[in-house]
Amino acid sequence: MPKIPLALAGALLFSAAAMAQTAGVAVTDAWARATPGRAEVGAAYLTIEAAVADRLTGLSTPVADKAELHMMTTEGGIMRMTPLAAVDLPAGQPVTLKPGALHIMLVGLKQPLQPGQSVPLILRFEKAGTREIAVTVGTVGATAPESHAGGGAHRQPGH
Amino acid sequence: MSSTPPNPPIPPQPAGTPRFLLVAIVLAGLLVIAAGALLVFAYRDGPRGAAGTLLASAIGGPFELIDQNGKPFTDADLKGKWHLVFFGYTHCPDVCPTTLNEVSLALDRLGKKREQVGVVFITVDPERDTPESLKSYVASFDAPVTALSGSPDQVAEAARAYRVYFAKRKRADGNYDVDHGAVIYVMDPQGRFTATFTPDTTAELMAQRLAKLLS
Repeated sequence: MPKIPLALAGALLFSAAAMAQTAGVAVTDAWARATPGRAEVGAAYLTIEAAVADRLTGLSTPVADKAELHMMTTEGGIMRMTPLAAVDLPAGQPVTLKPGALHIMLVGLKQPLQPGQSVPLILRFEKAGTREIAVTVGTVGATAPESHAGGGAHRQPGH
Repeated sequence: MSSTPPNPPIPPQPAGTPRFLLVAIVLAGLLVIAAGALLVFAYRDGPRGAAGTLLASAIGGPFELIDQNGKPFTDADLKGKWHLVFFGYTHCPDVCPTTLNEVSLALDRLGKKREQVGVVFITVDPERDTPESLKSYVASFDAPVTALSGSPDQVAEAARAYRVYFAKRKRADGNYDVDHGAVIYVMDPQGRFTATFTPDTTAELMAQRLAKLLS
């Protein structure tokens, strides 16, 4: 059965090429909500599009002890948060983390997140490796990235 | 004679035919649906609807808690003013702050009438949400919010009064989340349950419904 290894090798070669070509993933619209008072937790959101199927497996930020993936669900009027180990990123399909759904929970904030601030967030992908991005902090009641009318890949942080 | 109907003309008294029955059943069905919809709207919008008065006694009741300034706050303090009462906790970064903000924006839209509405946020996490931490938390929102905490028993009693489910769920790292009912209750100046909002209700819609209730 010489055909299968050949096909496999071809697929591997193809995916490796695709990854190199596009650097794997595009992260856009990264934003967080300013935190009220001395709240110890905050929430951040973003959109990821992977050129080849990948997985977001970990997060960290210098502004908090931990950054975790959480799924927020409401069932029968009950709000529930469930930590997730990873998020699947299907090839070519943007995955958006947004309020009331999948989000990044920043646990143990070292300082409150202030509107207009930009904070670093490090994302770890199974295939695309590590990526550091800047997260723009919106107001305490923000429900979407500030300049949502735009659509550019990289937004200027701050005002 | 080219288009003669295959059946003889319909008799003048169709009552009792299956077709008439079908129409009658459909009409009756529509009536039931309309009545149901009417009840739902009455329940959502005002205390004057039948459902509103029916449920008024089922939600709300005695509680004794402590506000963010360390002062006692009981169900008696709900009287004399409309109140939006809901439960949450400060370690909930996703929905709780947005709900507080929407409520705050809704009150802004009420203009002068906002004076007639108080906002009461009751923690379901009294261990972490002390009056002191609640004070700085709610100070970040535009509307004046009364944030209540107390002993775990006192909080459980308040949640029971409002039929709000909450349960601590431990995480692998030792931290915990609190699953909780996310309904916003509208209580009238007599402290009676009047209507509900959900975290999905926009500030605009909340303001519209509140304006109707206050008029």
